[in-house]
Order: sequence, then structure tokens, then C-alpha cells
Amino acid sequence: MTASASTMQNAGPPAKLESEAPARSSRRGLDRKRLFLWSLPILFFIGAAIIGPYIFPYDSLIVRTGDRLEPPGAVLRDGSRAWLGTDKVGRDILAQILEGARISLIVGGATIVLAGSIGLTFGVIAGYRGGFLDSLLMRLADIQLAFPSILLAIMIAAVLGPSVTNVILTLSLTRWVIFARVSRAATLAAKEREYVLAARATGVPPPLMLIRHIIPATIPPLLVIATVEVGLVIIAEASLSFLGLGVPAGQPSWGQMVAIGRDNLNTAWWMATMPGAALSLVVLAIGLFGDQVRDELDPRARKR
Amino acid sequence: MTAYVVRRVLYALFVLWGALTIIFIAIRIVPGDPAALMLGPTATTEDVEKLRDNLGLSDSMPRQYVAFLGDVARLDFGDSLWLNRPVTKSVSERITATAKLAGAAMLLALVISFPLGILAALRPRSLLDRAVSVLSLIGQSVPSFWLGIMLILVFARQLRWLPSSGSATWQHMILPSITLAMPLIGILTRLVRSGLMDVLYEDYIRTARAKGLANRVVLQRHATRNMLIPVVTVIGLQLGNLLGGAVITETVFAWPGIGRLLVDAIFQRDYPLVQASILFITASFIFINLLVDISYVYIDPRIKLK
Repeated sequence: MTASASTMQNAGPPAKLESEAPARSSRRGLDRKRLFLWSLPILFFIGAAIIGPYIFPYDSLIVRTGDRLEPPGAVLRDGSRAWLGTDKVGRDILAQILEGARISLIVGGATIVLAGSIGLTFGVIAGYRGGFLDSLLMRLADIQLAFPSILLAIMIAAVLGPSVTNVILTLSLTRWVIFARVSRAATLAAKEREYVLAARATGVPPPLMLIRHIIPATIPPLLVIATVEVGLVIIAEASLSFLGLGVPAGQPSWGQMVAIGRDNLNTAWWMATMPGAALSLVVLAIGLFGDQVRDELDPRARKR
Repeated sequence: MTAYVVRRVLYALFVLWGALTIIFIAIRIVPGDPAALMLGPTATTEDVEKLRDNLGLSDSMPRQYVAFLGDVARLDFGDSLWLNRPVTKSVSERITATAKLAGAAMLLALVISFPLGILAALRPRSLLDRAVSVLSLIGQSVPSFWLGIMLILVFARQLRWLPSSGSATWQHMILPSITLAMPLIGILTRLVRSGLMDVLYEDYIRTARAKGLANRVVLQRHATRNMLIPVVTVIGLQLGNLLGGAVITETVFAWPGIGRLLVDAIFQRDYPLVQASILFITASFIFINLLVDISYVYIDPRIKLK
């Protein structure tokens, strides 16, 4: 079935034949306005992570015993308002969440870039060269995927010890396989395309071939995977930090804040609730945006 | 058929060997001497030496590797220093507890996600469909450690309906199973929905409808079975992930499963225990995926031909 034919056929459910989709699916190109709209919550998160700590500064050394365990919205002794409450030593939860947003942003972004570039490099080379190198890579990927990913992360993080860099390394090591598989598949598909055959016939050298013709073809599927993965990576970082294997103590991260809040569940419900809610909302926003990206780049999915 | 199964079994064994090798190497590149770490700073040099000999750490690498593979074959991983008993015993007890939890979560996820996914697929773009899509995305977005704590906050602390931790009664299973099932419900609902929608446009479904089969029969006999392949694949992958991923949920609810045992073992630097727990989880994961591969033959007879 050709792509265009399936799009037409799939325009509506066969149960009721009035088709609803053709007007949408016949549209060409990216709907940038819609994508931008759906990216607003994510941009807000990035903005809050970058600018937030300047507006609500956080100092891990400050102890204000008079303001300890104040509920959300309470007015503190110095007249300021703790919008999301305070912790056991009177530190503002909102300020901690904004600090934690930085960690999530840094780990999420850096891991996707690192895992993505490793995966892209290996995937494209394996897919383009084929042969022994290719089967070696795929067997390695299969073996790695035999470990549940959180388990692998726990194992590597325990070996490396807690630090932001190590979390990024750990999660990149557990995630590169996904990117490698996707870029390999995209490379295999691109290799057979006529423009690539034509380029090869005219004697384009392999490195140039990869950069000019193969890699661009792998970018759309990689982008779709990246939007899915960034949410998973942010959750994985928080989970590691929750277990005490991620970001070191003293540096507020969302997972660690939830872990501390869990010990104060009876006295201060907000301590665990607020950072977890922030985490869930960010991951949800990324998921919603990811759905839109997939719809835009994969017209077959648009009907859904 | 037999050739296919044999090939899958051999490949599973190969992957298992690779995983074993990775575990072997990972444990040995940990910075510092495991024996010294296990005994702590108060240990004497003789004690450390003795433990090194007991663990076989003084042998050469190839010899250690052969001994390791032998231990695995005999399912003998020595004694846990922390628990002071054979590692294999602890691990098999704990893996039963985890399997119970994972089974309950999987059942819950199947019972909820199939009807939801099918209903949504039958009425695309309806209000119900959109609601199901958003709900399944929420299920996938909420991190399990936080969801578990929120459930404890509401149902254990505020309403006092259910116990918050432990494993004494069946009530103890409710909150952890829901926590574990939530992301799964999200994934499976989406998969059932999109799988069914793909199938519904196939020619044979139109033929089935055209010859006048009732909608229910078309769905049951023709559509559902054909969307099962991707769904079963993901169920297998997720079942494996439940075993390993239960780490977080088990920690939150103090459930005595293998995941919590592993995390405790890591913090106690109990290497025999770490090694055996990872090995059991990984082996079950590989075994489940092998079963999935074999089940394809029954779901989709076309695979036999390849």
C-alpha cells in the first residue's frame, strides 16, 4: 500500500463512512503555529528553570527555624509569602523546585544530546556499512536491552557514584541503544532511495554521502524518539535521585525532594506533593508536545 | 516451527551469556576492593585477605570468569554477608513477592486498558477517544515513586482505608499494584487503540463486514487477534520491566521484593547479593521475551513460514 493511498483510505473509520479527516491530511508541510502552541508549556518550564532561581533565590545554607514547615501560601516572618510552603528548616519549597527544574533541564537536555549523538553515529555507520559491524552492534543492543532500563541505570549509577555528570553518563549509556536502532532503521531505508543511489552513481565519497544524504533522512524519526525519550530521561533522573543514586544530597532535585518529603508525609504533605506535581506536569507537557510532533512528521498517524 | 523455536532459544541463551558477562565485568570495575568495602573501615588486613580468597577475588580474571559461569550453572552464589544466609534462598523468596505484585499489576492493566483502547478505537476523535488519550498520557507521565506516595497520602493517611506499607494481607497489595499498573495502563491503552485502528482499515475487515458479519464478531474474530502481535510484544517487554522496575514501587511501599533487595544490597555493598539479584531479574526478563517470541507462532501462523 502506498503512503498516499493509505492516508486517503484511513481518512475515517469504516464503521461510519462519513470521512472527517481528508481536509487535514491533505495539508502539506509542518503546521508551525500548532507546534509552537503546544511547545508553550515546555518553553515555560525552560524559562522557569533559567530565570526562576534569580527571582526566588535558593540558598541551601540558610536556616530559618521560625519558618519551618509552613503550609503553602503562608506569610513568613520577613513578610514574604511561601507560595508552596517551606521545609523542615524553613527553606522555601518553590525556590527549591526552581533549582530542581535546572537539574531536570540539564540532565534531560544533555542526556538526549549525548545519547542521541552516540546512537546516531553508531546507527548510521552500522546501517550504511552493514556486515560484521552491523551485526555486532545489533547483538550488543539486544544484550543491553535484556536488562530492564531502570535496573541498568541503578547498576551503572551505583558504580559511578552520585553526581550530575554521572547521572548524564548513566542515562546516556542506558538510552543510546534506542537512538542507534532508530537511526539504523532510517539509514537502511534511506540507502535504497533513488537520490542516494544516484549520488552513489555519481561518485560522492562516503563521508559526504553520510552527511549530505543519509543523516538528514534520519533526523525526523530521531526527533520523534527524542521527544518521547526526554520525558523518560527526566523521570529516570528523578527516580535515581529518589533512591539516593542520582544527584548528590544538598543539590535540590525533584526526586530527592520527594524522598525527603516522604519522610515528612504526616506533618507536611506539600513537601512531597509539590515537586512531584511539577515533575508530572513537565513530563505531561513533553508528552503532549511529542504527540503533536509525531502527528506532524508521520502523516499516517495524523488521523488518530 | 521447531526450527523457529530452537533458533529463539539459542538466541536467548546467547543474550543471557552476554548479560552475564556484562554483570561480571561491571562488578569488577567498581572502584575499590569489594572485600574491603564489604567489611568496612574497621576490618583488619587479614580479614580482608580472607574474604578476598573466599570470594575468589585473588584469582586471575579468566579463572574468576570460569568460576563465575560455573556458579551460575549450579545456581550457587555463595552467602550474603549482610543477611548471613545463602544468596539464592533470599533471592528466590523475594522474586516470588515481586512476581505476585507484577502479576496483579499486569492483570489490572489488561482489564482496564483493553476495553478503554477498543472503545476509543471504535469512535475516533470522539470525546471519549480524546479523554482516553489524555488519561493514558497522564498514566505514562506521572512518575511511580510520586504516585505511590500520593496514594499513601490519600488512601492510607487521610482516609485510612488501606495500609501504607508491608505485605501481610491482600489489602497491602492494592496500592502498590495500582502504582505499578498505571504507566502500563497508559502504554497498553494507546497500543490497543492504535493497533485496532490500523487493523480496522484492512481489506479483510471490509470483506467481513460486507458479507454481513455482526460488528461484534468482526471485532472478536478478525480485528482483535490481528492487533495482538504488537500488544503481546509490549506486554512481554513490560512484564520484564515490571520485575526490574518494581524497584521504585517496592521501595515506596516497603514491599519485600527483589527490586528492594537489590537496592538494599547495593547500599550494603553486598556483592554476591547484587550479582544474584541482577542475574535473576535479567534471566526472567530474557525468559519472558523468549515466551513472547514463541507465542507469536500461535497468534500469527505466518511467522512459521519465515
